[in-house]
Amino acid sequence: MGVKKFVVGNFYDEAILFPAVKKVRRAGYKIHDVYTPHPIHGLDHAMGLRDTSLHTAGFIYGIIGTATAVGFITWALAVDWPLNFGGKPFFSLPAWIPIAFELTVLFASVGMVLTFCYLCQLAPFVKKDHFNPRSTDDTFVMALECSDKTNDTELISFLQEAGAADVQIMHKETDWWWGRYGKETKRFEKQIPAQPVH
Amino acid sequence: MSIRENFTVPKRYNTIAFALMLLGVIAIIGLYLTTHGGGGTEEEKKIQDARFWASLLQNSVYFLLVVNASMFFICATTLAWGGWQMAFRRVPEAISAVVPVIGVLATAILLAIVYGGNDSIYHWTNAEHVKHDSILNYKKGFLNKGFFTVFTILTVVLWSALGWKMRQLSRSTDDNPFATKKEARKYIWNNTIWAALYMIVFALTVMSTLPWLWLMSIDAHWYSTMYSWYTFASTFVAGMALIALFVVYLKNNNYLEYANEEHLHDIGKFMFAFSVFWTYLWFSQFMLIWYANIPEETTYFKPRAQGPYSGLFWLMFIINFIAPFLILMRRGSKRNYGTVTLMALVIIFGHWLDLYQMVFPGPMTNKTTGETQVPMILWDLGVALGLAGLIMFLTGRALTKAPLLAKNHPFVKESLIHHT
Repeated sequence: MGVKKFVVGNFYDEAILFPAVKKVRRAGYKIHDVYTPHPIHGLDHAMGLRDTSLHTAGFIYGIIGTATAVGFITWALAVDWPLNFGGKPFFSLPAWIPIAFELTVLFASVGMVLTFCYLCQLAPFVKKDHFNPRSTDDTFVMALECSDKTNDTELISFLQEAGAADVQIMHKETDWWWGRYGKETKRFEKQIPAQPVH
Repeated sequence: MSIRENFTVPKRYNTIAFALMLLGVIAIIGLYLTTHGGGGTEEEKKIQDARFWASLLQNSVYFLLVVNASMFFICATTLAWGGWQMAFRRVPEAISAVVPVIGVLATAILLAIVYGGNDSIYHWTNAEHVKHDSILNYKKGFLNKGFFTVFTILTVVLWSALGWKMRQLSRSTDDNPFATKKEARKYIWNNTIWAALYMIVFALTVMSTLPWLWLMSIDAHWYSTMYSWYTFASTFVAGMALIALFVVYLKNNNYLEYANEEHLHDIGKFMFAFSVFWTYLWFSQFMLIWYANIPEETTYFKPRAQGPYSGLFWLMFIINFIAPFLILMRRGSKRNYGTVTLMALVIIFGHWLDLYQMVFPGPMTNKTTGETQVPMILWDLGVALGLAGLIMFLTGRALTKAPLLAKNHPFVKESLIHHT
């Protein structure tokens, strides 16, 4: 479990955040993630994130569901225990379509929810904390990952210039695992107090 | 770059449209000559005559319902207070302007069939036959010439009139922008009222009674409660495909600056979703009949799913469901002009095939021998191309009559910043 160092900028306005994201990317800093209280259209595009592959996963789960349904009913009703229903052939596909459809939907939906939780690192009893709890309320939080060569002071002033209301340097685990953070864990190395909003 | 507000019809566009119409006329004449004047028994002659009229019936009804779906799309989005379609709304408006012309054609053809004396298509028109047929006798209150005539004319008139009113409302804003918010609100309210009226007429015709009269009564003994929804789904998805074709054409010719792949994506979603909806109805109708296995009901599917039409039947299933489902599923393909154009053409052709196998097995069945034939489909394709040329010509003409963007509509901004 690697603990990494981050410079975290806190923005008060969506209209400041967007140009800031573009500036930071142009300057070559690595954006770990941007946390916002509500979904923002186009932010993923501005951050240069690739399209999610959640729907591809959903398609595959759906196919697995169809195959499971058709395969199991075929085995049960045509191979293992053939029964005569109203003189229909043992292998009568039309009757199995509704079940195949339902299982497709079930597999795709449940599978996609679980995949979504995995991608977002969400699960019960998993270590999880915020860079800044206000990102669940009213501010937009941008976390930049630091390498050995990152000049902290330069980065902080860069973010402040880009419009960040306050900037912090934080250490945070990037992996996820069972457990929870102790309340006394010191995670703030240095905190720069909020600037007055102009 | 300045915005090209008004569409001017390129010369080549109209040349193609007229060439297609000429092809259609040739196909109709050729079809008439090949189906009339041949030998054979009285019954065979009647079938040949019915084959000619069935071709006209299938093509005119199909394209009438397809162009009418444009007005349904406008009214449905108006009632839902949708704003995203404003960037290209003049396109479905122009397509719906074709309804009166094809409506008159279809009415003429339908009435010619009903009063023409050949009962091979609608056997309920034969009074002598109905007398000895207890099922048709029972349905006499609905399936009779008088009701058919009145209802058909009434429907076409109402579609045309309400569609005209919706287009008038849309064009009334072009020269007089709203002075106050109150006026704009009143305009939206007006739109809602007229769209609701159209929707009621649409629900009472396309979604319920009209397919019974025009198409289901070809197999007058048989009935299915899902038939009208099925016809609606079929023609609506083809109608969306037609809108997509015109939007792509205009985009490729540097019109519709404000419509972009975001809007195309949503049109593509309609094509995708309603292809699936159509399949749902297609399968539901089939499965219930297959399960119950009652002879009165299976007569409909016998020539289609297992008889001489089975090739068309399954081909139609593949190109109406499997192809749009797999190809239009990806986000990228709904935003790609080429893929959308290809799929739109495939969908329009596929649902044309759907109506083909709904119409033809009835009249093509020999009542004495019980044999069903498949006619030479190329003739019907020729007629279809003729009607496509007519739609192309009339839509192009209607597009020139108003600016391509209703720039004073209160919802325009919503469409310009539309993001999927």
